[in-house]
Amino acid sequence: MNEENPLWASESFWKKVAIWVTAGSFLILVVLTFDSLSQTEVGGKRVQAYSVINKKIDYVYKEDLHKFMPVIGETELLFGKEFTEEEAEKLVTLGKKTTQAKNCMNCHTLLGNGAYFAPDLTKAWLDKGWLSKELREDLMIKFLLDPENNARTFGSNRKMPNLHITPDEAKGVVAFLKWMSSIDTNGFPYNFKTIYATEE
Amino acid sequence: MNTKELCGVANAKLDAFVTWTALDRSNLSDGRKLAVNYFIVAVILFFAQLLFGMIAATQFIFPSFLYGWLDFSVNRMVHINAMVVWMLYGFIGCTYWLLEDESQTEIVGLKYGKLAFWVLTIAVAVVVLVYLFIQIGAGNDTTLWLINEGREYIEAPRWADIGIVAVVLTFFYNVVATFSKGKWSGIAGVLTLDLVALAGLYLAGMFYMTNITHEQFWWWWVIHLWVEATWEVLVGVIMAWSLMKLLGVRRKIVTTWLYIEVALMFGSGILGLGHHYFWIGTPEYWLTIGGFFSALEPIPLVAMVVHAMYDAGSHSFKNSNHPAVAWIIAQAFGNFFGAGVWGFMHTLPQINLYTHGTQWSASHGHLAFFGAYATINIAFFYLAIQHWRGDVWMSGNAQNAWRWKWALGLLNVGVVGMTIALLIAGYEQSFIERAVEGSTWSGYFSAQNHPSFQSAMVWRWFFGLMTFAGLILLIWDLLTIGKGETRKMAFVETE
Repeated sequence: MNEENPLWASESFWKKVAIWVTAGSFLILVVLTFDSLSQTEVGGKRVQAYSVINKKIDYVYKEDLHKFMPVIGETELLFGKEFTEEEAEKLVTLGKKTTQAKNCMNCHTLLGNGAYFAPDLTKAWLDKGWLSKELREDLMIKFLLDPENNARTFGSNRKMPNLHITPDEAKGVVAFLKWMSSIDTNGFPYNFKTIYATEE
Repeated sequence: MNTKELCGVANAKLDAFVTWTALDRSNLSDGRKLAVNYFIVAVILFFAQLLFGMIAATQFIFPSFLYGWLDFSVNRMVHINAMVVWMLYGFIGCTYWLLEDESQTEIVGLKYGKLAFWVLTIAVAVVVLVYLFIQIGAGNDTTLWLINEGREYIEAPRWADIGIVAVVLTFFYNVVATFSKGKWSGIAGVLTLDLVALAGLYLAGMFYMTNITHEQFWWWWVIHLWVEATWEVLVGVIMAWSLMKLLGVRRKIVTTWLYIEVALMFGSGILGLGHHYFWIGTPEYWLTIGGFFSALEPIPLVAMVVHAMYDAGSHSFKNSNHPAVAWIIAQAFGNFFGAGVWGFMHTLPQINLYTHGTQWSASHGHLAFFGAYATINIAFFYLAIQHWRGDVWMSGNAQNAWRWKWALGLLNVGVVGMTIALLIAGYEQSFIERAVEGSTWSGYFSAQNHPSFQSAMVWRWFFGLMTFAGLILLIWDLLTIGKGETRKMAFVETE
């Protein structure tokens, strides 16, 4: 180091900085990744067990936390059946694979990620567009099986195409959506009025 | 006409086309022949990106357009996949192009590199045909392995993922073996380590998970750490080498800058990943970490602007390839505004709560991908074509210079126009759908049906068309620039 070549202009100094900063940042990321993955295991506080599909799920504003949070309530069976954890996992897995196989994410968003041609699916299970909790399951299945003739375009002329979803796959998708709506998403979306809020 | 005759006619047309371009491949070394193969496919995919983008943009205005044949989901998937793949082709091409020059030796294992190019190109063609003609499958593993994984940006089915990894490993072998045989440099070291990270990260996106929080967690490892970390560093490498070649900047200066940029880029970008972990189920500490580090992400991009402009200015803009330098300047500003400013505008969680999953992201995406990555690739296409023509004059008063200038103008104004239109749509959506109506389905459609959203989509369409016109002019220019030029380029002297 000399006046001709001060530290801030030294190649070897910046090389070392680059290596240390990169290595340090990556190490922190790895540590946080382990922590995040363990906090978001299925069955934990943030991501519910698949058998949550047997319960009533709501999404309400918590004054003390200043945000919206999912609330798991009493038994509210899906398709009139109580699923064991394994059965629920199997059904949600079928639903999740169906959403990937039908490329849902290139029109819709899931947890806010995807394309913006169709509505977000994060809280689709709780959407007041399904009119009432009694009609909801039936309307969702009918829509998934024949979206063209059960179109819900809200005056937009945008119709979901027929994706040749089978009745089993449709049930899987509904179960997956119900399970996904129970994930603690740190208050996203904000100010969402659920089907229950509308009913009460 | 039978198949044989048809092939004959096609061959004759292709020959006539090659004769018309008058490009002489004997001007290229074997390594650079491979590089231009990558560039040619990159340009074809660039065209596909814009074509399918236009169809998708049309469907925002006329939803029944091609409904049931090529639905929005298919067009949008091809649009974004063609983009990711053409940029990767461009980067691989740039690397093969500079490899021999930087290592000062011939490429080691070039025949494997050539084979990998054809394997990758055939795989890409098959994947696109399956996207277009089969589109979707049943909800099972067979679909995820053979048709479509249904995960934005990395939709390619699993078989193709494995192929991509094999090809990238071959490419990596070429790079490392060549530098090892020839000469290592600061640029070579950064390039090699960056490619290790780039290839390794892809593996994080190759697994199926039912737990969508975990799935999106790893999905962002690939998307974010590619686009906002390793790709940016790769661009830094390409930029560093180009500035030496184009302007004669001293190696010591570009290398020092490169290290500073790596420190700033990885120092902000790696933990900046946290801005994708606000709302997917991951713990609350990401709101703080993601917000803080992603707010720092523009800093290296400012540094790159300073670097490029300072070097260009200190050499009085004297250079041997005006279109390439113009595109490098476009890169510096496009990267800063598109990735830096547009990213920063909605990256803090307090704002992102309302902008997440709206056209804000599309606005940012259009300017950032174009500004940061399309531009540097185009600059390199001009560098390559100049050499391919036999190092001809491509500076002031070059023949037909209006073509590259108009292509530059149309592409930049077109993309900026789309960005602004989408930003207006995003503001409107954040306000009406998210803030006022609380993100319900009816809130979503209230925003989509609003006149300011709909007019924004029309503006976006027209600016998209302008971009498309710019690309067609760019392709014409790339095929003809320097044709018939007899003056030799002025070689810049390195300080």
